[in-house]
Amino acid sequence: MLGIRELVDRAQGASRGGRTGPRWTRPLVYALLIAGAIIMVTPFLFMVATALNPERWIMPYPPTLFPENATLANFERAWNEAGFQRYVLNSAAVSSVTVLLTFVVATTSAFAFARLRFPGKELIFGLYLVTMMIPDMIALLPKFTVLRDFGLTDSWFGLWAIYVSNGVAFNTFLLRGFFEQLPRDLEDATQMDGGGPWTIFWRVLLPLSRPALATLAVFTFLGSWDDFWWARLLLQNPDLRTLPIGIALFFNAHGTQWSTVFAATTLAVVPEIVLFVVLQRYFVSGMYAGSIRG
Amino acid sequence: MRVPLVTISGAVAPPRRLETTRSLRQLRVALPFMLPGFILLLVFVIYPLIRGLQMSLYDWNLMAPSQSTFVGARNFVRALTLDPTFWVATRNTVLYAAITVPSQMLLGLGAALLLNAAIRGRPFFRALYYLPVVTSWLVVSYVFAYLFTGGLGPVNYLLVNVLHVVDQPIDWLQETWTAEVPINLLGIWKGIGWNMVIFLAALQSIPADLQEAAAVDGAGTWQRFRFITLPLLRPAVLFVSIMLIIGAFNVFLSVYLLTGGGPEGSTEVLLSYMYTQAFKYLDFGYGTAVGLLMGIAVVTLSFLQRRMLRGSVQY
Repeated sequence: MLGIRELVDRAQGASRGGRTGPRWTRPLVYALLIAGAIIMVTPFLFMVATALNPERWIMPYPPTLFPENATLANFERAWNEAGFQRYVLNSAAVSSVTVLLTFVVATTSAFAFARLRFPGKELIFGLYLVTMMIPDMIALLPKFTVLRDFGLTDSWFGLWAIYVSNGVAFNTFLLRGFFEQLPRDLEDATQMDGGGPWTIFWRVLLPLSRPALATLAVFTFLGSWDDFWWARLLLQNPDLRTLPIGIALFFNAHGTQWSTVFAATTLAVVPEIVLFVVLQRYFVSGMYAGSIRG
Repeated sequence: MRVPLVTISGAVAPPRRLETTRSLRQLRVALPFMLPGFILLLVFVIYPLIRGLQMSLYDWNLMAPSQSTFVGARNFVRALTLDPTFWVATRNTVLYAAITVPSQMLLGLGAALLLNAAIRGRPFFRALYYLPVVTSWLVVSYVFAYLFTGGLGPVNYLLVNVLHVVDQPIDWLQETWTAEVPINLLGIWKGIGWNMVIFLAALQSIPADLQEAAAVDGAGTWQRFRFITLPLLRPAVLFVSIMLIIGAFNVFLSVYLLTGGGPEGSTEVLLSYMYTQAFKYLDFGYGTAVGLLMGIAVVTLSFLQRRMLRGSVQY
């Protein structure tokens, strides 16, 4: 048990100051980390390996991560499948506009709650907090009927209304927290120079909030890129379909051809992974902002 | 005109008329900022909730809502007393929460402790562990469906031919309890990275000299974990557990794609059951009632958790 003790000791950060434990705790740390990493990555490796498999109709047996005669033909077939490229473009368009609209709505609301005074402010913000606690899926059916009443089914406007409004409470909450941490000196100076609230909002607060906005953009983009239910419930027109719908249709059509299905899913996952690798620090900072305020 | 952003409230209350004009002036500044978000919240979040309350009291007619019949609490009574599948769905959802939430937290905390100890390669491992979090539920559900294919699937191969722990390949997705295995494993696997990132951030915010001071005072490893690290992780634990329980009750797509709620509704969870009722049987009133019952359960749970784990930590 002594080994685990040393491990926990080190993990708690007691040794960060320079004191080091026995030499072998470090290999143990890495061995465990690598074992965990293998478990996290293996499903993805199977996905890619299957996508590279030249056999279209038969599941490789015994299962292997290194298919013989690996080929890119499945990717080609998936990419050229009817509608696939269109779904990718549709998803990109829907997600980008969602991010843009979320920016407009969340930054302005957060500014109002962080920096302005007006009657009823606390009460309204309380309402935001309450709705954050309620899982949005429970209102799936009434939301669907409301959208239908507004004639927003079978259009991207319905998707945008849902995506932006589902995130509005949490995003306002997150950005308000960020705005409140910013020093007020610059704003006071701007005010002295005769700048109004719009100047302060646009020229002072927003430029200072780039990290928070990047976090917001990443999560909002992924949220709408991944959404399956709303796209599936609202969109009937094949020309409007987004990528998750495309993949589900693809699976229904080629369910037994795992190699083609996984070529398609690999293509769908690539933008997510690229986004994550490039913007990794914003993922982390965003989660942390949430955790310390929770 | 310059608009004061910060108003100073004096000791003497201003006359009423002045106060009204001040309120109006404040509103004129604030409304353009506040309204877009507030309107969206009212129209697409709060109004549907109220509408849902109404729908749940009706035998809702999807095609002609005005011709719906009022049934009072009958939908709720039906769910709670007459519908065994509702309870199966509740059981599966609660089970999913009871299994995936503690597992994710323990494994995530373990990974965070290891990463906190690792000096090199921290960003690399963090990225790998976080990979399942960023990929879509749709894709990883298909991947798990593949891994747990009956017959010649990779997991069966591992269990039968490599480890020899079972004699026969298992038909994972065709039976209730074996189907719960991939459903729950997927939930755990996908969530570990998220837990890890938050616990790692919390661990790194613990001052190192606190640990060292305790060590100098003769506190052992376990004592320090129990009395310093763990209490200081409490806000993170509260946050994570609330988010995870809400997330666990939202389990839906993975079940829908892996088993479709089958066989015979035995792997149904609350949201998939709500969906089935609404879009298969077109019973929107009943589906909404199921959703609301779940909402009540989630909000009550988070409220209780907050009370249990509240209390600030001082050091």
